[in-house]
Formats: sequence, structure tokens, C-alpha cells
Amino acid sequence: MKAQRIIKNEKHIDVFVYCILIIWGAAIIFPLLYVLMTSFATEREYLTRGFFIWPKEWTLDAYLYLLGNNTFSQSFMNAVTITVVGTAISISVTTLMAYGLSKKWLKGRTLINFMVVFTMLFSGGLIPTYLVIKEFQLIDTFWSLWLPGAVTPFYLIVMRSFFSSIPHELEESARVDGCGEWRTFFNIMLPLSKASIATFVLFYMVGYWNTYFSALIYLNDSSMWPLQVFLRQILVLNQSMDDSAMLMEQVISYTPGARMAAIVVSALPMMIIYPFLQKHFNKGMLLGSLKG
Amino acid sequence: MRASASKPIVANSRRTTSSTMAHYMKRAFPIYLMVLPGLLSIILFKYLPMFGIAISFQQYSPFRGVWGSKWVGLENFVRLFTEQQFATLLKNTLILNLIDICFYFPAPIIFALILNEVRIKWFKSSLQTIVYLPHFVSMIVVVGITNILFASEFGGINEWLASVGLPRYEGLTDPDHFRWIWLLQNIWKEVGWSAIIYLAALASIDPTLYEAAKIDGASRLKQIWHITLPSLAQVVLILFILRLGSFIDIGFEHIFLLQNPLNLVVSDVFDTYIYRVGVQQGEFSYTTAVGLFKSVVGLVLVLAANAIAKRSGREGVY
Repeated sequence: MKAQRIIKNEKHIDVFVYCILIIWGAAIIFPLLYVLMTSFATEREYLTRGFFIWPKEWTLDAYLYLLGNNTFSQSFMNAVTITVVGTAISISVTTLMAYGLSKKWLKGRTLINFMVVFTMLFSGGLIPTYLVIKEFQLIDTFWSLWLPGAVTPFYLIVMRSFFSSIPHELEESARVDGCGEWRTFFNIMLPLSKASIATFVLFYMVGYWNTYFSALIYLNDSSMWPLQVFLRQILVLNQSMDDSAMLMEQVISYTPGARMAAIVVSALPMMIIYPFLQKHFNKGMLLGSLKG
Repeated sequence: MRASASKPIVANSRRTTSSTMAHYMKRAFPIYLMVLPGLLSIILFKYLPMFGIAISFQQYSPFRGVWGSKWVGLENFVRLFTEQQFATLLKNTLILNLIDICFYFPAPIIFALILNEVRIKWFKSSLQTIVYLPHFVSMIVVVGITNILFASEFGGINEWLASVGLPRYEGLTDPDHFRWIWLLQNIWKEVGWSAIIYLAALASIDPTLYEAAKIDGASRLKQIWHITLPSLAQVVLILFILRLGSFIDIGFEHIFLLQNPLNLVVSDVFDTYIYRVGVQQGEFSYTTAVGLFKSVVGLVLVLAANAIAKRSGREGVY
């Protein structure tokens, strides 16, 4: 078989494939690398040297500046709180619900499943949702992000089909041994679904960590803003819709290095975590998504 | 497994039925308790707002509430359809979707097909790790990095272009470039990640098919055409139906970041319009009507696509 693949007219396909992929990989890596490297450059070098990817003089000034900046550290801590608590809530609620709905004998299961799918097809819209959250007095609390985002329907459906795929005999034998439903769930089902849960922990974390729009709408108090809203202020707002003179001043007060460092700090946590989980989500995505 | 199976029901015996019921409840109660928190979240924050749609038929005033506000029938919808902006919103939504479906939708399929031809394992897996990276970065960072790289002063790429004697790129705020910048940022961020599902489908193809094709002397391109592509068809169809579901609410958070007063002509879509007029100017009733119009069109599109898929003898999604 191998010999056949090295036939002359087949080789150009390999050349084409590797060329395309190397170019694409470089296009992904270059901007990220550029930001990472220039975050360690001195301001003088950045402003005078033109284009470079390897600083001559390395410095941590930008990071030290961010560390001493109250707005930044506040927004960083807010993002950590939102992400940690939000992920804990979401994964618990979603896992429990998915496990419950995987029980085929449960009455009302079809109705609840339909209710979940329908939210993917139709929504009340931005303004009614805002009014509901306001009515519950969740404005200016992190609950406005945690409660409405507790269940992502797609993740729920994938997890449900995962639980359905676990052999019923396992559960049955636990019941014969006198395990209650809660104990069956915690002692038997959870250990079996570690990989799947880890995947969705990552997905929820990324979701909470990168969220900005809900925060922008539901959190008026700027001391509650998460990192992404802060980043929007210093990276994007200078050409955005609602810039006021005051915000412009804020934008100007950050050096290029500080902006690069802020990007690095915001992007790094998720990028560090994900390669560890990569082998899991390839499998997890396959399982759920193909079944629909 | 079923409760009824563990205890046979004798017909017409009320006592047995009710004890079966008690038996069922005893077993089901903890399960209902597990489902409850998620169900509550969905009811309160997804279904309650659907009732809030009522205010689109009102002249809603926050002080009077839903019950006290004046009913105005279809006035808000009439306003939407006669508003000058409506044509712009519809046009922008259509064009952005068209661009997205023509270029962004096939991109991960092509990427997966190319990656699938790689036989060197370490190359394949490290490339996968790299192309998944941007998915974990926020859209703000993507837009921010673009702004940094193409800044007219000190922007990395522009400095490089200038140093090799090429003209600087100054098109970031140019309305004519908005759509393509939007598309390229999307592709850069998500193509690798979106390819996962296709790669999974490719991995599940029976390798004996390729062996047989090779023995018959089929070239690699022929193998792709006759074996690989047909086995992707079902996944592509499913994702296409799902894609139509988001036809009308197209990547709002991203567009919002790229929007500026200059490019509003090409970048204003229903969601950004709702945000501007609803949240910022406080016209709750009118923008709820806009939202309802949007949701209904979205629902109709998905159901239609699904029905067509089913009628053509394939498996639908819903």
C-alpha cells in the first residue's frame, strides 16, 4: 500500500497539504506570538524599532504596571469570581439535570426535553430577558450572569446522551445493593463521567471567562466589570460606538505594552488549561454531536 | 428498568395502581429534585421572557409595568416595517449571512479534508493544538489584536509592510472593508475548532473502503470525492440546518465590537439595532417587537430547512 502512495502524481497532493497547513498554522501563531513578545519589550523599543518579534531588551514593566493598576486587578478578580462560581453552578446544575433526564422511565421527561430544545429555537429576546432580570433585582449582581447561564442547552443534550450510553445494569446492580439515587449518582455515575464533565467544565469556564456582553448590560457598576469589559475599554473602544471623552482618556493612559500584557493575562489561563483536556473533548464532542 | 416492570400492574385494581404510583414517586422524587434547579433556570430566564413578549403589543412604561401599560396592537410592528432603517437591517443581515455561508461555513470542512490527508501523526496533532488555540481567546482579544497589528502608527504588520516598501493598510475603519474583516476574524478564530466535528466524522469512516479503492487504482482525489465527501454529507446537512437557525441573529457580540458610526450603513443588524434603540434609548416595546420578528423568522427558517431535509429522505435534526 505504502509504495502506491508515493506514485509521482500523488506527491503534489502532499506538498499542497503541508504547505497550506504550515501557512495556516503560522497565521494563527504569529499574532499571538507577536503580542506575547512585545508585552516584554520596553516602550522605547516598541515605539522606535518598527516591526520586531524578538525584543532586544526584556522587561516586566508592563506586567508590573498592570499589577499596580487598581482597575485592572479589580476586573481580574471579578473575572475569577464570575468564572469559578459560575462554572461550579453551571456544571452542577447541568450534570444533575442531564443525569435526571437520561432516565427513560421518568414521567414528564419528554416535555422537559422539548422545553430545553425549544429554547434553542426561539427566545424571548434581549429586552424581555433584561426586564425579567431587572424584575428579580439581579442588576448589578453577579447572579445576573450565573442564574440565566446555569444551563447551556447544547451541553445538556450532549451530557444527557452520554449518561444514556452508560449500561443500565450498572445502575440496576447499585440499586440491588441498596444505593439510593443520590448515592448511585455520586458514587457510580460521577466517577464514570469524569472525562465528559472535565470537558464541559472547560467549556463553561471559557464561556464565563470570555463573556462581556451580559456583563456590559447587567452590570452598570464599573467596579464589578470583569476583565473582558476592561479589555474592551483599552483595546476596542477607541473606535467603538459609545465612546465619551472620559473613556477616551482611559484608553490613552495605557501604554502599548500594558495593552499587550493585558491581552496575555486574559488569554493565558484558558490556553494553559485546554491542552490537558484536549484528548477528552475530541471524544466528548463526537459522542454528543453526532447523535444530535 | 421501568417502574412498571419491577412491579406488574393488575388492571382495574386501584390499590395496586396507587401503590405503584407511590413506588414510582419514591424512586422518582430524588430524580425530579436533580432536574429541578436547571428546569427552574430555564423557566425563569428563558420562558418568562417569552411571556414578556406581550409588551411588544403595548406602549410599555416601566412605571406602569406589563399589566398597567397601554395596549397598542400591531403599532410597533407597523413602525418596524415602515422604518427607513428596516431595509438596511434586512440587507446587512442577508449579506453577512451570505458571506458567512459561502466562505465561513465550508472553511472547516475544507480544513478537515486537508488535515485528514496528513499521515505524519505528530504534525497532525500539534497542528490541531495550534488551530484550536484561538477558540479559547475572546472576541475582544481578536478584535484588539487586529487593531494593534494594523494600527496606522506602530502597528506591527503596518511597520513591517512599510519596512519592505509596501503601502500601509489603513482599512480597519473603512466601511467597505468591514464585512471582510469580520469574516476573516471569524475564520481565524473558529475554523480549527469547528473542524473537530468533521474530523470526528472522518475518523469514523471504515478504512476498508479506502483499501478497496486503492486496489481498484483510485487516485487520492478520487478517494476524497467518492468516499470521504459522501460520508460527510449527513454531518454537513445537520450543521447547515443548525446554521440556518442562527441566520437572523448573526454573531452579534462580534459585530458590536467592530461597529462604529462610520460603518453603521453596512454593520447595523437587528441585534445591534435592538441594543442601541432598546437598551441605550429605552424603547422597550418597539425593540421587543423587533426581537419577536427576528425570533419568528429564525424559527421558521430552521423548521423549513428541517422539513426539506426530511422530505428529501435524510435525517433531520429536530
